[in-house]
Amino acid sequence: MALKMVKGSIDRMFDKNLQDLVRGIRNHKEDEVSDRRIKQELKQDNIAVKANAVCKLTYLQMLGYDISWAAFNIIEVMSASKFTFKRIGYLAASQCFHEGTDVIMLTTNQIRKDLSSPNQYDTGVALTGLSCFVTPDLARDLANDIMTLMSHTKPYIRKKAVLIMYKVFLKYPESLRPAFPRLKEKLEDPDPGVQSAAVNVICELARRNPKNYLSLAPLFFKLMTSSTNNWVLIKIIKLFGALTPLEPRLGKKLIEPLTNLIHRYGGRCCFFHSRLVKCLLGGSLSLFPDARCLCVQKLRILIEDSDQNLKYLGLLAMSKILKTHPKSVQSHKDLILQCLDDKDESIRLRALDLLYGMVSKKNLMEIVKKLMIHVDKAEGTTYRDELLTKIIDICSQSNYQYITNFEWYISILVELTRLEGTRHGHLIAAQMLDVAIRVKAIRKFAVSQMAMLLDNAHLIASNTQRNGICEVLYAAAWICGEFSEHLEEANQTLEAMLRPKVTTLPGHIQAVYVQNMVKLYASILQQKEQAGEKEAAQEITQLMIERLPQFVQSADLEVQERASCILQLIKYIQKLQVKEVPVAEEVIALFAGELNPVAPKAQKKVPVPEGLDLDAWINEPPSDSESEDEKPKTIFHDEEQRHSKPRHPEMDEEELARRREARKQEQANNPFYIKSSPSPQKRYQDTPGVEHIPVVQIDLSVPLKVPGMPMSDQYVKLEEERRHKQKLEKDKKKKKQKKEKRGKHHRHNSLHTESEEDIAPAHHVDIITEEMPENALPSDEDDKDPNDPYKALDIDLDKPLADSEKLPVQRHRNAEALKTPDSEAPPVEKKTLMVHIFCCVLCLLVRSQSYNGDFCLLSEFRRKTWISGNLQNDSQVTVSVIFENKSTSFLKSMELNVLDSLNTKMLRPEGSSVHDGIPVPFQLPPGISNEAQFVFTLQSIVMAQKLKGTLSFIVKNDEGSTHEKLDFKLHFSCASYLITTPCYSDAFAKLLESGDLHMSSIKVDGISISFQHLLAKICFHHHFSVVERVDSCASMYSRSIQGHHVCLLVKKGENSVSIDGKCSDPTLLSNLLDEMKETLSKC
Amino acid sequence: MRFVLLFSRQGKLRLQQWYRAGAERDKRKAARELMQAVLARKPKMCSFLEWGELKVVYKRYASLYFCCAIEGADNELLTLELIHRYVELLDKYFGSVCELDIIFNFEKAYFILDEFVMGGEIQDTSKKSVLKAIEQADLLQEEDESPRSVLEEMGLA
Repeated sequence: MALKMVKGSIDRMFDKNLQDLVRGIRNHKEDEVSDRRIKQELKQDNIAVKANAVCKLTYLQMLGYDISWAAFNIIEVMSASKFTFKRIGYLAASQCFHEGTDVIMLTTNQIRKDLSSPNQYDTGVALTGLSCFVTPDLARDLANDIMTLMSHTKPYIRKKAVLIMYKVFLKYPESLRPAFPRLKEKLEDPDPGVQSAAVNVICELARRNPKNYLSLAPLFFKLMTSSTNNWVLIKIIKLFGALTPLEPRLGKKLIEPLTNLIHRYGGRCCFFHSRLVKCLLGGSLSLFPDARCLCVQKLRILIEDSDQNLKYLGLLAMSKILKTHPKSVQSHKDLILQCLDDKDESIRLRALDLLYGMVSKKNLMEIVKKLMIHVDKAEGTTYRDELLTKIIDICSQSNYQYITNFEWYISILVELTRLEGTRHGHLIAAQMLDVAIRVKAIRKFAVSQMAMLLDNAHLIASNTQRNGICEVLYAAAWICGEFSEHLEEANQTLEAMLRPKVTTLPGHIQAVYVQNMVKLYASILQQKEQAGEKEAAQEITQLMIERLPQFVQSADLEVQERASCILQLIKYIQKLQVKEVPVAEEVIALFAGELNPVAPKAQKKVPVPEGLDLDAWINEPPSDSESEDEKPKTIFHDEEQRHSKPRHPEMDEEELARRREARKQEQANNPFYIKSSPSPQKRYQDTPGVEHIPVVQIDLSVPLKVPGMPMSDQYVKLEEERRHKQKLEKDKKKKKQKKEKRGKHHRHNSLHTESEEDIAPAHHVDIITEEMPENALPSDEDDKDPNDPYKALDIDLDKPLADSEKLPVQRHRNAEALKTPDSEAPPVEKKTLMVHIFCCVLCLLVRSQSYNGDFCLLSEFRRKTWISGNLQNDSQVTVSVIFENKSTSFLKSMELNVLDSLNTKMLRPEGSSVHDGIPVPFQLPPGISNEAQFVFTLQSIVMAQKLKGTLSFIVKNDEGSTHEKLDFKLHFSCASYLITTPCYSDAFAKLLESGDLHMSSIKVDGISISFQHLLAKICFHHHFSVVERVDSCASMYSRSIQGHHVCLLVKKGENSVSIDGKCSDPTLLSNLLDEMKETLSKC
Repeated sequence: MRFVLLFSRQGKLRLQQWYRAGAERDKRKAARELMQAVLARKPKMCSFLEWGELKVVYKRYASLYFCCAIEGADNELLTLELIHRYVELLDKYFGSVCELDIIFNFEKAYFILDEFVMGGEIQDTSKKSVLKAIEQADLLQEEDESPRSVLEEMGLA
């Protein structure tokens, strides 16, 4: 036996430690072996071995092993009493715990225990760990404990507690208001570390929601002028950067201290300098134009610097200025274009960002041309994609404001389709659609280009990945179909769309193909019929019937459905054609009317008409009493019948017109229908005002059919020529209109430079704005991201705290239910109450007794209470006892027996007498510990209870086995029957006023610890919670498992403490106070 | 700051601390992508890298890359300074630190980082107080360990 044990220990000694593991891995030894070994080590009960194993796991995790399976072991190591192991446990937890870790809720009590540990490093390590894996639940449960730590005596703890509060706020925003006053106090903490931590937290908070922190400005102003810590200064300046836009007066105040700072640190501290510049730009810049010029000049120096970091930061800062003062940056265009050639991608991306704000009508083409060159040169798809999106961004910004020639833009888009491997196909497609729909004048040109794309689809379609370039075919097909009247070689395009290769495209694109080939077909049909070419018309029908089946067979449901529908339609048309009936008019009527661009937010902005209550019932909800078998009224009966009839496509013109009229009527009366604006294509639209929309025919100076792919350069040249011509004309006129010109110039110089103003768009282009519903509500809420985690922290901090805004104090799941003990809960609630209370497991006290040093009985009392029905005066308590065998012998057949008292009885299995012990369900090898639970029933809880008990067991060793006995006492203190229950001050006051409570008081002298500590002690040892604290006076509350209310008023004098108690039971109160006295006298 | 990574030139992760807990898979993917991106950069390039909505500030010391991911509004140079400060701390603690120190005592490297940065914010700007805290914690650890003689360890005492 002993030999075995020694062998085990030696094994352990020679266990691979971490160093060996690392060495092994570095020497490429079999990883699997160590993995299995660690699992074995984790199973052992020696905490040192376990900690070692967890440490190894942490290392392995870094190498990419998933160690989430060991989460429970990590918690075990976290709860080790020795700092060495605790440290490792928390490190591992910080590495691998996250919100999805299911055992994380088990840590709450352990963390709380560590937070109140007398050893500051225990607390520290717990705080650090928690900062990495805090979840909303943990934040809620521990907020109060952490808040208490913010006033800890040791700055080391205060500092950490302040920092972790930020994480707590993020996870549990309700804690911000109650905790904020204390956080504010910490700004003036004597310890610089704590102070800087508080500045850090408040700056982070204020950066997201600056307006709530304006009232702190004077305090920060003071800090800024007094602090010598650079790190803190930078944070404060950053904070002011966020505050100044909200309070312009701040800017003026800041000038002086900032200049001082610049002088103090000026050249020495470069990063400080750049930060400063950035902050200035952030807000107060508009106040001093001199500073702005200076800044931009300085930035230019930074950008020209050979140090890449400075160059980057210079560009970054410049982009900040650009937002507010685009003009002062525009003069540095040369420099920024130069940066585009930089080897460093970060710098190029920054420069690109700047370009966005620098374009004007004049230089757009030039800039985009440069970018196109870069696109061709760029290696790496990320950068190329970035360039692509930038080009599109630049061109489309503020409703295509800077584009003077849309033909050029379309050809740029078409050129971009040649990019290989881009993931922004949908972006290009969206632009094509947008331009074609909104710029009417360009449609003819756009259609010709799109037809060409369709013709060359094989070049594009090879890349069928998601969002790949093939997306442009979607746009191309739609444009060609929708605006088919502009198509010159419609036949050819239709052929291209019917190629078998099309079936390899993604489903949604094929669907658009199918739909739009019918549009094309319709317009060809009309064309042929008008020209009297019946043969040709029939030929085209035949072509459709031949080719469509390939789509009918498609695996994509949408494609299949559309194709089979259309195939039937065309077969029918063919029948009519054979009978020589003219069909074109009817077919084209399928697609009559024009689609208008609708703004993306239009639907949201439809105002609710007056008198409409969206929450009101339209029909009264059916009452439950209504019998189910009642026949439903057949309102829809007739209609249903009509729907079930097979639909025939032979709706004649008249029928169609009638229906359309009816629908229009319906729409006119329907408040939700977004009415379309009148457009010339509408055949049934007879409202005036259509003609005044100027649609100017494009005078195309380039042949429409450019062989191969189009070249945007041609347009650049043409545009230049055009501008030159225009300028010459203008010059002539200028002489005549000199005076007028000057006046005009004065009026406009704030917006455009003179030369820019002169450039007129190539064609008078009418950009249709996206439609919004009538009386759309203006709202700025659209821009806010609902998922922004910081939005929840947008809380007014100046409002006084309400009573209800308390942090939950050592909450149990049943806190809610216990708050209103007297109210009659409805039956449904009772059920949930039961469930809640079952979850409530609470550590009571730890008591140990040793016997001859041979083994030790550690009993940890855990109490579980449940209240069901009227079990108010009977409670059950679960005591868990940890047995640890410290001897070298093997222990078995353990039995635990307790001498029952009248009041407290051990719960034994049915049929056994009071003298029978309860067998412990396990055996104990040497050095092993295990836990068993025993249930006791209690009658009264007003007095402390001591129960005598015996543990009998058989000791087995080499010499044989002996029967042994161990006596022990179980001590149930009165405090152990209390459950920490939060109480609100109004409820507390009501309770005191009620007059049902008995009173008693004690006084303890010679107390030296701080009041804060004292309260913490009472809370911890006696399960009270603080209701209210004023200076050195506090009211506290707790509640017993049988529903006694206990209220305390604790007052601290010079060296003494007096406690006045009120309780519904006088005996309980006096016993409690006695226990409290004992605790306090130890202080 | 969102996270700190330390990795070698060969792309081996040496230390990782995430200040926003997330699923293991996401972290690993992010670390891998980031390492690739940083290692692909040439020595003379700037220390900043835009990476999704985050910004990565990195610096190479000998064969190790120190890498911090910050949010857009954070100060880049301050982060560089922070990295440098951390390296100085390691250097002081280990006495001229090398990659092997960090490999074999990775938990110490973590502890130092935790004393210096907590939850993504700088905890203490003074080198002295960070080192003091670490030393005292180590002392506590030694106290824990010292009374355990070999015999005790074997359960014979």
